[in-house]
Amino acid sequence: MIGQLMNLNATELCLGLPGGIKAVDSPARSSVRNKRGFSETVDLMLNLQCNKEETVDLNNATASKEKTLLKDPAKPPAKAQVVGWPPVRNYRKNMMTQQKTSAEEEASSEKAGNGGGAALVKVSMDGAPYLRKVNLTMYKSYQDLSDALAKMFSSFTMGNYGAQGMIDFMNESKLMNLLNSSEYVPSYEDKDGDWMLVGDVPWEMFVQSCKRLRIMKGSEAIGLAPRAMEKYCKNRS
Amino acid sequence: MAEEDLSEMAKDVELHLKLDPPLSANNKPSRSFKTSSSSSPPPCDTSHVLENVLENVLKFLESRRDRNAVSLVCRSWYRVEAQTRSEVFIGNCYSLSPARLARRFTRVRSLFLKGKPRFADFNLMPPDWGARFAPWVAVTAKAYPWLEKVTLKRMFVTDDDLALLAASFPGFKELVLLCCEGFGTSGVAVVANKCRQLKVLDLIESEVTDDEVDWISCFPEGETHLESLSFDCVESPINFKALERLVVRSPFLKKLRTNRFVSLEELHRLMVRAPQLTSLGTGSFSSSTENAGQGEQEPDYASAFRACRSLVCLSGFRELAAEYLPAISPVCANLTSINFSYANISPDVFRPIIRNCHNVRVFWALDSICDEGLQAVAATCKELRELRIFPFDPSEDSEGPVSGLGLQAISEGCRKLESILYFCQRMTNVAVTAMSENCPQLTVFRLCIMGRHRPDHVTGKPMDDGFGAIVKNCKKLTRLAVSGLLTDKAFSLIGEYGKLIRTLSVAFAGDSDMGLRYILEGCPKLEKLEIRDSPFGDAGLRSGMHRYNDMRFVWMSSCRLSRGSCSDIARALPSVVVEVFGSDDDDVDVDEDNADYVEILYMYRSLDGPRKDAPKFVTIL
Repeated sequence: MIGQLMNLNATELCLGLPGGIKAVDSPARSSVRNKRGFSETVDLMLNLQCNKEETVDLNNATASKEKTLLKDPAKPPAKAQVVGWPPVRNYRKNMMTQQKTSAEEEASSEKAGNGGGAALVKVSMDGAPYLRKVNLTMYKSYQDLSDALAKMFSSFTMGNYGAQGMIDFMNESKLMNLLNSSEYVPSYEDKDGDWMLVGDVPWEMFVQSCKRLRIMKGSEAIGLAPRAMEKYCKNRS
Repeated sequence: MAEEDLSEMAKDVELHLKLDPPLSANNKPSRSFKTSSSSSPPPCDTSHVLENVLENVLKFLESRRDRNAVSLVCRSWYRVEAQTRSEVFIGNCYSLSPARLARRFTRVRSLFLKGKPRFADFNLMPPDWGARFAPWVAVTAKAYPWLEKVTLKRMFVTDDDLALLAASFPGFKELVLLCCEGFGTSGVAVVANKCRQLKVLDLIESEVTDDEVDWISCFPEGETHLESLSFDCVESPINFKALERLVVRSPFLKKLRTNRFVSLEELHRLMVRAPQLTSLGTGSFSSSTENAGQGEQEPDYASAFRACRSLVCLSGFRELAAEYLPAISPVCANLTSINFSYANISPDVFRPIIRNCHNVRVFWALDSICDEGLQAVAATCKELRELRIFPFDPSEDSEGPVSGLGLQAISEGCRKLESILYFCQRMTNVAVTAMSENCPQLTVFRLCIMGRHRPDHVTGKPMDDGFGAIVKNCKKLTRLAVSGLLTDKAFSLIGEYGKLIRTLSVAFAGDSDMGLRYILEGCPKLEKLEIRDSPFGDAGLRSGMHRYNDMRFVWMSSCRLSRGSCSDIARALPSVVVEVFGSDDDDVDVDEDNADYVEILYMYRSLDGPRKDAPKFVTIL
């Protein structure tokens, strides 16, 4: 479920302030207790786990339940925006945002208007005739990323990556098994321009250093293993 | 190719001879009720002749309303009409199944399908709701091998769909994708490559993923049949040299709309090679930085425009460098359509340009031209039929450079106005009323006062009177979108006077169920009703029970509806599909307390009952 929500936003362009659009209780709704709107869910994405628990708690409370709008306190809007209002198509909104911020375009972000924090990387898969782009900040873990990639490239399934999705470099035989299989293995180009196996570093570090993803056959990835192990050991010490 | 010619000939021959060869007459069940006795021999020749005559007459009928009327005369006419209808328009892809389409119409050459309701454009609908092209292309691939034209609006189209389309229709000529998504440049490449008869490839306001495929190079070598190529919405760089070569070998090209990755210098090269263009999307309309400061002489842009003697439609200007805008002056007097709606043009830059555009009929722009700019339009563009003013800053608390002043000026200067879409921050009843009195030809009036519930900014009163005047005075009005502070009175006026209104959009308006009742008990021609965030509830919804069968769809989001009334409607009207869902895509209703509240209601008439591809978050009652 959460993964699905995250996927939606991998392809959706956000505009304006970080965190995207928020919803506000409109007069028609304020008197009716209702589900959290889509945009609020987007807003809360990164805190989704704990917020859902809170909702359940609210439900268990008795009569005087009130819907609390959980807003990200870090956002200081002049006036909160409502979803889909004014009724200008996303396409046009994006064009306008692009024009406004094209002067301030950061080198790291490929599309203006994403605000800070977007990590757009291209993903290619050997044998597939097309590339995709993903925003790594949309995912929380290797598992999330793997699910998303599986959806984009239907013949791709990530091999067994252990508990936190990280490769166990200490277990050489396991590693070799993985690479000898005919399964696909994701590799990435890091900031130094080296091609590494995905899963060699903790997730957050990976998001920072990944510039590009390539999904290749395990057998082809074998050449990356020694370098990966080297770097791994270097990073650890 | 030869095979195709022969089949084409055979088709023409078939059309002019008897519809049914004697052999198959007995196999057609529809024949049986034409003859008086069940055991009679094959129908006599006179009925054949009559049908042939009818067929040849019906060929001249193009309007689908006329054809619909014809098909109701009798079964024979129904059949002949069905066999001669070559253009089919389906306003809601879920109103019937593809199989039904194929059963009724046997010789379709052109298909226009609309998918998602309009409010989906504004993030009000969760993704993956549906409107997939896949089942349609699968069925039509088999049923209409001679399909030539497909137009899709708000549909979900995949690369695979496009590949199947390209592979299935050897004579395919025109593909138009409006506000679609789900595909990328790889799908476009397949169409470019495999549709050898392609005349039109128009991608308009669609989301096209960048698969890093050089699709322009995928057009086959040699002379093309291309007449129209629009890719201004494709947000990825293109191979310019390939585009240039393509243009050179496309002698029939009349419409070319490039994307913002085409610089002014590159545009110049294209224009010089295609002076026959009638419609040009100018791309970025700014100089690429590589050429700056190289000491090379700048191309003579004005001269290139001057050479395009047939140019009547200009759009693009995606990253406009204002100093270059005067280059279009040589063609201004010929222009009938201008789209500046992606260009932040100030009044000072705008006025000298528009001064020469006497023949403009369609004008789209940003509100950055201000009321002054609108006054300039009013002074010059006496032939104006359609005006759209979009907000440069689409938020509720932005500056708002246009107002009732501009609206009134337009109404006084452009008396032939038929269609207007106007975004503003403040408006007065006086200005709206003035437009209603000055522009009797109005068929489309869409006013968006961006601040919710905002009253007349001079009097502080609701906007009831202004919109009331519109419905009273504009007797030809078929489409209306309202905004600002509106009471139930506004709806009573709309219901009473909006005799021809087919589409009505309401947002943040009204006081009570009565508002909705006025609409549903009035507006006899209403087909499409979209409402959001308005205090209309079950009683209002129920009051329309007698009409939902005759409407294309009703959308109500964030109103005061409960499941009970929606279920009642579903039960009472079996040919109306009632979909209920939330704006997020949770498929499980965790909040028991709110299980009864309907966040989004989308209902539509359908011949084939509830759809089978509804995602989990949609409940069909």
